[in-house]
Parts: sequence; structure tokens; C-alpha cells
Amino acid sequence: MPESSLDKDICSSSECRTPPLRQFSQSSLPLHRKSYMLSTFCTEQNVQECQSHINQEVSSLGLQPVWTESGSSSEMNVVAVLNCMYDLIQMHRRGLRSLENMEVEQLKSSGNVDYLQLTSTRLKEQLELSKRENTGLLERERQLQLKVKSLQNCLKNEKEEVQKLQNIIASRASQYNHEMKRKEREFNKLKERLNQLLIDKKEKKQAIDVLNNIGRADGKRSLWKTEKTEAKHEAEMYKALLSDYDTRQRELLLENAELNKVLQQMKKDMVSILSSKKPILKGDKYQDDGAQADSEDEEEVFDSSKESVELYCVHAREKLTNSIRLQWRRLKSHVERLDSQASLAQMGGSRNNDAVSQETHKEEMDRLKLEIQQCKDFIQTQQQLLQQQLSSPCDEETASLLSDCYMLQEKERLGDEWKTLEEQRTIFERERRNFTEAAIRLSHERKAFEEDRATWLKHQFLNLSPFPDSKKPPMSKSKSAFLISETKASATSAPEKLIRCPSGTNLPTPGCVPHTSSTADLYRTLCLIPENGATKPKRKSDHAEESGVFFNGKAPVRHKQWNDSEEHSSHTKEQNSSI
Amino acid sequence: MNFSEVFKQSNQLCKVSPDGKYLATCVQYRLVVRDMSTLQILQLYTCLDQISHMDWSSDSLFILCAMYKRGLVQVWSLEQPDWHCKIDEGSIGLLSSRWSPDGRHILNTTEFHLRITVWSLCTKAVSYIKYPKACQKGIDFSRDGCYMALAERRDCKDYVSVFVCDDWHLLRHFETETQDLGGLEWSPNGCVLAVWDSCLEYKVLLYSLDGRLLSTYSAYEWSLGVKTVTWSPSSQFLAIGSYDEKVRVLNHITWKKITQFEHPATINNTKAVVYKEVERRPAVGADDLSLHNITIGTTLFNTQSKYEICPPPVQIPVVKPDPDRANPKIGVSTLAFSSDSRYLATKNGGFQVQSLNWHCSGDSLILLGKEQLCLCYMDTDQEDK
Repeated sequence: MPESSLDKDICSSSECRTPPLRQFSQSSLPLHRKSYMLSTFCTEQNVQECQSHINQEVSSLGLQPVWTESGSSSEMNVVAVLNCMYDLIQMHRRGLRSLENMEVEQLKSSGNVDYLQLTSTRLKEQLELSKRENTGLLERERQLQLKVKSLQNCLKNEKEEVQKLQNIIASRASQYNHEMKRKEREFNKLKERLNQLLIDKKEKKQAIDVLNNIGRADGKRSLWKTEKTEAKHEAEMYKALLSDYDTRQRELLLENAELNKVLQQMKKDMVSILSSKKPILKGDKYQDDGAQADSEDEEEVFDSSKESVELYCVHAREKLTNSIRLQWRRLKSHVERLDSQASLAQMGGSRNNDAVSQETHKEEMDRLKLEIQQCKDFIQTQQQLLQQQLSSPCDEETASLLSDCYMLQEKERLGDEWKTLEEQRTIFERERRNFTEAAIRLSHERKAFEEDRATWLKHQFLNLSPFPDSKKPPMSKSKSAFLISETKASATSAPEKLIRCPSGTNLPTPGCVPHTSSTADLYRTLCLIPENGATKPKRKSDHAEESGVFFNGKAPVRHKQWNDSEEHSSHTKEQNSSI
Repeated sequence: MNFSEVFKQSNQLCKVSPDGKYLATCVQYRLVVRDMSTLQILQLYTCLDQISHMDWSSDSLFILCAMYKRGLVQVWSLEQPDWHCKIDEGSIGLLSSRWSPDGRHILNTTEFHLRITVWSLCTKAVSYIKYPKACQKGIDFSRDGCYMALAERRDCKDYVSVFVCDDWHLLRHFETETQDLGGLEWSPNGCVLAVWDSCLEYKVLLYSLDGRLLSTYSAYEWSLGVKTVTWSPSSQFLAIGSYDEKVRVLNHITWKKITQFEHPATINNTKAVVYKEVERRPAVGADDLSLHNITIGTTLFNTQSKYEICPPPVQIPVVKPDPDRANPKIGVSTLAFSSDSRYLATKNGGFQVQSLNWHCSGDSLILLGKEQLCLCYMDTDQEDK
């Protein structure tokens, strides 16, 4: 196809296209327009071409050809043309209808699209909403789970408590049952006893049977029960209670006084501490202290006057406690200030009181460290020396000597003591031997004495002569017998003889002499007979001496007697000493 | 320790006189009085029946012998052996018999706790006290012997009567706020009466001498309550031992609890010193110094045994008692203050300790078990532990 025709086609089709729209919008098109368009396409010159073109078009559209080339006449088949036109119109109408339909459909679909868009936005919103709801629900679920857990815990606790209460109830129930049983048993016993009493005819009455009344414990007579005694009892009871309260109150007062004193002391101390620090601080915190200082001075003056007065009333007590609180607060703040100052001084390194103290502190520390080091060295050297001592080889002698060197003195002392002990033991042995010998001798002597006595008695009985000289030899033999009999015969005459003795010294009579000798021997035997020790030797010796005084002027015969008796006495002395 | 020869006795009736000079023992129906220093028999009395109870009077001049089965009480005099006194309660029966503090009156509790008869040995007069209560400790004399407190029960309510021992005059009679009175005890200074409820309720009431209620104390509800109550000798503290194995101490000024002692099965306290008796068959005996508790386990006394110190924590063997039975063997059952109120000895649980007694100087403690005894000396230098 030629391009011009195509162009024409295009423009015609475009033109054709637009008009339907227009046609659609406007019901009718003016005829002149149509004719105007037609006229441009086909002119008298290009009829053939137009015809062929239209033929082609129509055939391409599927319609019967309008014009056949066989006919030479340029006249068109009107019928065919009309049919064609009619078909075209139908087609056009159909096309319009389909267009309408399509438009309608398009409208519908656009409406659908809008609707869908709306629904989608709505659904999106719903989705959002539901998501939010979901999270909210999850949150709620979580909280509910927590609650469930806590409730479960509560339940467990409650169950435990219930269990505990059940246990308590069980124990109480068992206790009640036990009591019930006990009471029932007692009740039964009571019933039995009652029955017994009803049956029992013999009624035993209560009675007391006392031999005699005994007095009251405190010795007083018992009083009748009168109002006076009742009042007295009441009074005594209240007295007891009051005295108890009294003592308690006194104790509490003392305690209170003590505590007050302590508080006052504390307050004074705190005030003194703070006042001593005041000049340093006054420069820094003038405003703070200014107002307080005055009040404090006032307080001090006020309180010192009140020190002696005991704080009875509530106001005074409150005042004391408040003032202490105030002082304590001040002290606290002061200490904090000091602390901060100390830390500043450490950091700054400036020379003020705190730094100085720090330096001295450091010096102290260094000194102490040095001391410690010295001590350690000392200990070290000591240890070394000790080791040397222990490990050094020494010869046996010195080793043996050294091994016991600590005990040497003790050992020597022990040896000495052993020696003395041994000596004492030998002495004791000797004395014991002497004693036994003396005892044996004594028994022998006693035997001899008894024999002598017997013989003497015999002699005495048989030979009753007034001549004492003839009696002397037998007397010396039976001296002991005579003495014993003398003592036996007249214990009372012995002191007489003793008394006679001193008188007898001046005028010695033959009769007296044997008596004096006999008294000395008499005492000796007196000592011998009871066999007592300690004082007797002394007495004996005294008397012996006495008699010795008497004897000195006498004949040697008596001296001999005296010697014998002396020997005897010495023997006995020994004997007694050994005892 | 030296022991004398063994003397026969029956019913565990063997008492030393209050003045410490004589020893009285009962053998069946005979009463034997011995001199304490020489243990020679001074007097021999014969009663009419087997003696159930025997007691010295407070002035050590008289001895009462009670024969519960026959309802008889016989009183013997040491000064005059010929003197005799026989009290016959008749058909009413006899439950218990005791001396009054002045040593001249005898209080007989008749059977079924019907009444208490007060017999006077001075005037042969009789007084009756009706409705005494049958409980753990229903009657108590004050330490100076002036007053007697008696628990009574009338119309399902508990009362306390205070009598003047001089002439048995009723001084005060008041109702107590207890459900079921378990016991009462005078304070050593005689001014306060502690009254406690039975074990079903924890309640301790404090009444003053003239009957006013001073204070009430209750540690907890429902569980088994008070087991034992003791005053300190200075009347400053009241120690309450209960079934929950704790001891609570109240002070006399506010009557509030000042401290509480526990008896845990494991001793973890570093301040406590635990002594364990060690012998061939190791059994546990544990002691505590300082203001803590002393618990004693069963031990077989062996002269060769010695005590060693156990380091904490120490596990004390505890036998769990049957909770279904009444009056279970748990809880603090014995309390004893030392004479200077410095130490408190307690016995918890079912240990076989019959009694705890302090020496009057307050430095040593004697523990009596069923078969053995143990003397503990406190180290007084360690008082700050």
C-alpha cells in the first residue's frame, strides 16, 4: 500500500476514531462534517484508487467486495455498495456497541478497581489494627501467665498452710481426745466411788489425832479472824506491792540519772571539741557558724546553770536531747569537713596541718619498717646460730656434758639431797635398832623386876627387922622391887618423902638416906611404869639432879647407888629419846 | 567423787532436811532418819501402810508421811520421837499431801480434786477449800511463805484465789482470762503471779498481788503452746518454753519479749562451744557456754571418757516424736536460771535429762540423766563471749 494511503488511512482512522467518541458524547454529527471528511478522501481523480482501496479494506474486513474489476464501467454495484455500507454500518454499530460494552465494562472494572483499592486499604487498616490487637493480646496473655504463676504460688502456700492447720487440728484433736478420755476415766472412777459409798454402810469420818498441840512456827499466838486482821492482811499486801514498786522506781531513777549524766558528758565533750576547732573554721564558714555560735554560747551558759538541776520535766529532757542532736550534727559535719580537707591536702600536696601530720605519719611508717627489718635480721641471725649449735659436731665428753647442762644444777642438788636422806635413814635405822634393843631390855628388866618384887615381898614378909643396915645389900639387889612396892603402898607418901628430902639434907639420918635414894628411883620408876617419853626425862633428870645435890655430901655407897641409878636413868633417857 | 554405801529406799522417797543436817529415806512402811555427816541412823519410825509420799517441814522439825491408798497422813517429830499425829481423810480419799510454808499446816488434796483440807497442827482446826483445779501446777506458795495462790474451776471458768498463809484468810479471788488454766507461779519477789494456759493455747497472763491483770502475752495461735515457765531469781525475767522448741524471755518492766532462743538441729553459731563426750561407743552430749542453750543427749557414763570440743556446725541427733500422740515429747521442757540470773539452761526435745540444777553460787550446773550425771562448770572469765 502506498504510504500516502496509509497516512490517509491513519489520519482518516484517527479522524474516524475521534468522531465516534464525539459521536458518543454528542448524539449526532453534523452531516457536513461527514461529507467534509468523505470529500477529502475521494475526489473525482482518484475514484479508481479509492475503489480499489475500499475494496481492499472491505475484503480485509471480511465483507464482500464492493467492486469487482471485471466491470469496465466505473459504476459501482450499488447493491454491493449498499450491502457493504450496510455491513459497515452494522459493523460500526456493532463496534459502537462493543465499545459501549467495553466502556461499560471498563467503568465497571475501574469501579471494581476502586472498590478493590478501597477494600485493600480497609483491609490493610484492619490488618494493622489486628496486629496491634495481637500484640496487645500477647501482652495480656503474658501478664495473665504471670498472674497464673503467682496464683499458683499462692495456691501452694495456701495448701501448705491448710496442711499445717490440718496438722494442728489433728494434734489438737488428739489432745482433746486424750483429755476427754482422762476425764471420762475420772468420771467413771467417781461413779464407782459414789456407788461404793452408797453401798458402804460404815462411813469413815475425817479426823485428826494429835498427841498434843505444837506451837506456831514463829512462836506467836494465833489470832481470831476479825475485820482488823483482814484489814491488816490487805495493808500488808499493799505494803509489799508498794515496796516492790518503790525499789523498781528507785532503780529506774538511778538508771535515768546515770544516762542523763552520760548524755551531759557527751554534750560537754562535743561542745569542747567543736569550740576548739572553731577558730580554724571561722574563716571558711562564717555564715554557718555565726548564727549558731550565738545560740550555742547562750545554750552553754544556760545549761551550765542547769547542770546541777535534775531534768525532771519533759521540756528539760527534750532540750537536752535536742541540744545533743544539734551538737552531734555539728560534729558530724566538722568531721566530714576534716575528711574533705585531708583528701584535698593529699591531692594538692600543700603544706598545712594535715600534710604535716601526713609527713610525720610517713616518717613513723618508715621508722617502723626499719625496725621490722632489723628485728627480722636479728631473728635470722639467731636462727642461724641455733642451727650451727645444733648441727655442729662436738666430742663425746662435751656433748654428754652439754646434753644435760640444763639439768646439772638440779642433778647436783638431787644428789646432795639423796645423800642427806641416806644419812638420815641410817640414823633412823640405828635408832630403831636401839629402840628395839631397849624394848627387849625393858621386857627383860620387867621380868627381872617382877621376880625381884616377888622375892622382895617374900623377904619382906619373912624378914621384918628394924635394922636397916642389914637390909642394905638385899635392898640394893631388890631396889627396883622396893621402889615399886613403895609406890604401890603409898602413892600419897611419895610427895611426903619428896618434901622430907630437902629437910633431910641438913640432918642426914640413916633412915632418911634410903628414903631419898628411893625417891629418886621412885620417880624413875614412875617414869618407867607409864613409859611416857618427852617431859618425863626432863623431870626425871631434874629430880635426879636434885637427889644428886642431896647425895653429894653422902657416902660413896650411895653415890654408887646414884651411879647405878644414873646409869639406869641414862638408859631410860636413851630409850625415851629413841622412842 | 566419793560415794557412800548404798541405802535401801522405796518410791524414790529420799530427802535431805532443809537445814541440811538430816537425811530421811522411806523403806516400804518405815521412815529412816539419818544424820547427814555420819549417816548413822538417828530415828526409825513405822507407819501404818506403805508410804507414798514423804516431805520435811520447812523448819526441819517434822516429817509427813502420806499413804494415799489408805487416805492417811502421819506426822513425826524429830525432837520428840514419842509425839505422833495421824490425819485420816476418811472415805473421801487422798490424792496428794504437802506442807504449808510455816511447817504447821498440812494441805491434803482429796480424791477427784473435790477439795483441799487444811489441817492445823497447832489448833487441830480444819479449813476447806472447794473446787481446786486439777492441772499441771495448780497451787503455789510465794517464796517468803506469806501467800498461797490456788487455781480453781467453777462453772467452766478459771479462777485464782490468793490466801494469806497466816490464817488461811482469802485475800483475793479473781477470774482469769484463760481457756483452761495450766499452771501458776509466783515471782521470787512475791509481787507478780504468772498464770499460763494449757498447751492448746499459748497464753501467759501476769497478775499483780492484788489481782489486777498487768499484762498478757501470746506468741502465736493454734499450735501447741506453753510447756514450761520459769522466773529468774531476781524477778527481772520470765522465761517461757514452748512446744515450738523456742524459749522466749520477757522483761518485768514492759512484759514484752526481749529475746528469743531457738534450738536448731544444727548449731552454726560461732560463739557457741559444743562439748561432745567421747568414749568407746560414741554418743553425743553437747554443751554450750555463754547465754545460749544447753542441750544434752543420752550418754553412757564412763570414767574413761573425756569431752572434746566439736567445731561448728554440729548436728545434734534429733528423734522425731510421734505427732499423733497427746503431749508429744517435743518442745522445751525444762528451764533453769542460774542464781545470778546470768545463765539460762534449757532442755529441748526428748533427751533423757531428768533435771537441771544450778549450784547456788551460779557457776556450775548439774545434769541428772536416767543413769548418769554430769557436772558443768562455767568459766566466769569468759563472760563477754
